[in-house]
Amino acid sequence: MGGSTASLRAYVITRVILMVPMLVLLLTFTFIILRVAPGDPVSTIYGERGNPQVIDRIKTELGLYDPLYVQYFRYLHDVFTGHMGTSILTQRPVIDEIWSRMPATIELTLSSMLVASVLGIGLGTFAGTRRDRLPDFGTRLYGALAYNIPIFWFGLILKLVFAVWLGWLPVSGRFSPRLSTPPTVTGLYTIDSLLALNLPAFADAVAHLILPSLTLGIVLSGFFVRITRVNVIHAMGSDYVEAARARGIPERSVFFRHGLKNALVPVITTMGLTFALLFSGAILTETVFSFEGMGRFVYLALSYRDYPAIQGAVVYYGILMVIISLMVDILNAFVDPRIRY
Amino acid sequence: MTAVLELEHLSVTYETTQGGVHAVQDVDLTIASGSIMGLVGESGCGKSTLGRAILRLLPDNADMQGSVRFAGRDLLSLSAKQVRDLRGRNLAMIFQDPMTRLNPLMRIRDHFIETIRAHDPEVRPEDALERAKKVLADVRVPSDRLGMYPHELSGGMRQRIMIALCLLFNPALLIADEPTTALDVILEAQILQLLQSIMHEYDMAVLLITHNLGLVAEFADRVAVMYAGRIAEEGATVPLFREPRHPYTQGLLRSVIDLETTKLYSVPGEPPSLLGDSIGCPFFPRCEKRMSVCETVFPEIRLVGEDRRKVACHLY
Repeated sequence: MGGSTASLRAYVITRVILMVPMLVLLLTFTFIILRVAPGDPVSTIYGERGNPQVIDRIKTELGLYDPLYVQYFRYLHDVFTGHMGTSILTQRPVIDEIWSRMPATIELTLSSMLVASVLGIGLGTFAGTRRDRLPDFGTRLYGALAYNIPIFWFGLILKLVFAVWLGWLPVSGRFSPRLSTPPTVTGLYTIDSLLALNLPAFADAVAHLILPSLTLGIVLSGFFVRITRVNVIHAMGSDYVEAARARGIPERSVFFRHGLKNALVPVITTMGLTFALLFSGAILTETVFSFEGMGRFVYLALSYRDYPAIQGAVVYYGILMVIISLMVDILNAFVDPRIRY
Repeated sequence: MTAVLELEHLSVTYETTQGGVHAVQDVDLTIASGSIMGLVGESGCGKSTLGRAILRLLPDNADMQGSVRFAGRDLLSLSAKQVRDLRGRNLAMIFQDPMTRLNPLMRIRDHFIETIRAHDPEVRPEDALERAKKVLADVRVPSDRLGMYPHELSGGMRQRIMIALCLLFNPALLIADEPTTALDVILEAQILQLLQSIMHEYDMAVLLITHNLGLVAEFADRVAVMYAGRIAEEGATVPLFREPRHPYTQGLLRSVIDLETTKLYSVPGEPPSLLGDSIGCPFFPRCEKRMSVCETVFPEIRLVGEDRRKVACHLY
């Protein structure tokens, strides 16, 4: 094991170093695409009826008339000195915008992944062990429906039923304005309110999370149901499962030790990559529930052609993707002895 | 001679959407304790189904009729729990491809501990390991392999480990389903010699399922030739190879490479579909000695010759 841990460390270090050229490439492509795409931030904000002289003046101030290579290197400089430029729309440093919105996204991601994994792995296993029987058909139908349902429509329906008609849950936002927010430690309202031992605040934060995470979690669970089911069927039909039965291993152990555990290895990988996608913000879910996270940030930045904000978001995604896929790799190396780097 | 296993009128039918597939039909077979019974036949003749039927390892759509008598009990009438108790303890099985038969996420050690504790839950892991080391020594595998994962071992090593896992409880019968087909020729001989020496040591009978006639000729005490789910001929190895009686057995023996003639013989035609019911001799369409009776009347097993060989053919 000593040798393999050392090679795992070398692998992680290599991957982290490779992140630098990858980010530069990513930034370059984003920069080019944004400049090639029609529209610019100032004209978008002021609209067609804006005073051309004012627009011109602001564009000059923002350096949008500078040669592209000057803008490009200025931008790279901004990124690598850490502040990622200033948002044209909010006039705040992009890095501050990202930091202030990340906790909302993290909270939504974790809670909807919880919903998605419990439903997905639970139902997928249930269906996979009852292949081609009625429960399997029912679960597959659920999986297909959940996977294909339009997420904004589903979010609106949940909101209509549980928030508007029944009034059980809040309609939108992350926290009720009538309560005072707990002191910021992590930025996650649920955790901060627990740390402050403020149970009403905790209950309020959880209540706000339920509908968005159910929306996102159920839609994602459709995919998880399918991959879990397929992998459970595959593992339970494998040669080593038959061999274990031939040795007289009780069916319970055959299922948990040989079937489910082996089936979950590829599921972990898929879930990890889904995690990365979710951390970049669920644009539609956040919009439906006015949940001010990274998804809303990207949506606004794109709508107003806020170059620094978009580029900042792309850097954030890039780093996140690398970190999470690295974590998935490390996790896989620990679960599956055949994987060594 | 005492019988360790007696199959009586054993039939296995797979229920499919196209109808019943009769993989094994009306098979009678007796395996004497401590002996090797070779079961040979072409791919798809039902020999693997027969092996799995004994351990009741068949999928849910398989319907079994007849009886499988083992240690005074009919295995087909036992509960799932009772059968599980026999598997790995009194009846053991090794398979064709040792590369895929061990759980890739488990160390070899844990395969042994798991198997021992499945039957003796009280055994402590340390004591289980001691027992593992003993059987590993019997199959000539160094005990340091216990700490390894399956992918770190060669195919021959893995098959030895599969055999060692079978030996833990000293079973009366080992079913070996094409145990060497995935291995090279040198390993094949080694594994079979190992099996032969072990079965004497452990006083264990072996049902050797294979399509390799050479292996059977060399190692088996008796041979059963299977065709289309039925036993075509069964008898002691030496007389059967010296003077095959069933035309199918004769064809099979002629299909073995002979260095003096350059042409390789093959039994003409294809094995019949096992779907649905058939009348007459199943080998009729391919038989070189067919008679009109063969088309309509099914040949019952008869005892033929001095060695009282079982042959299912109208010629006798």
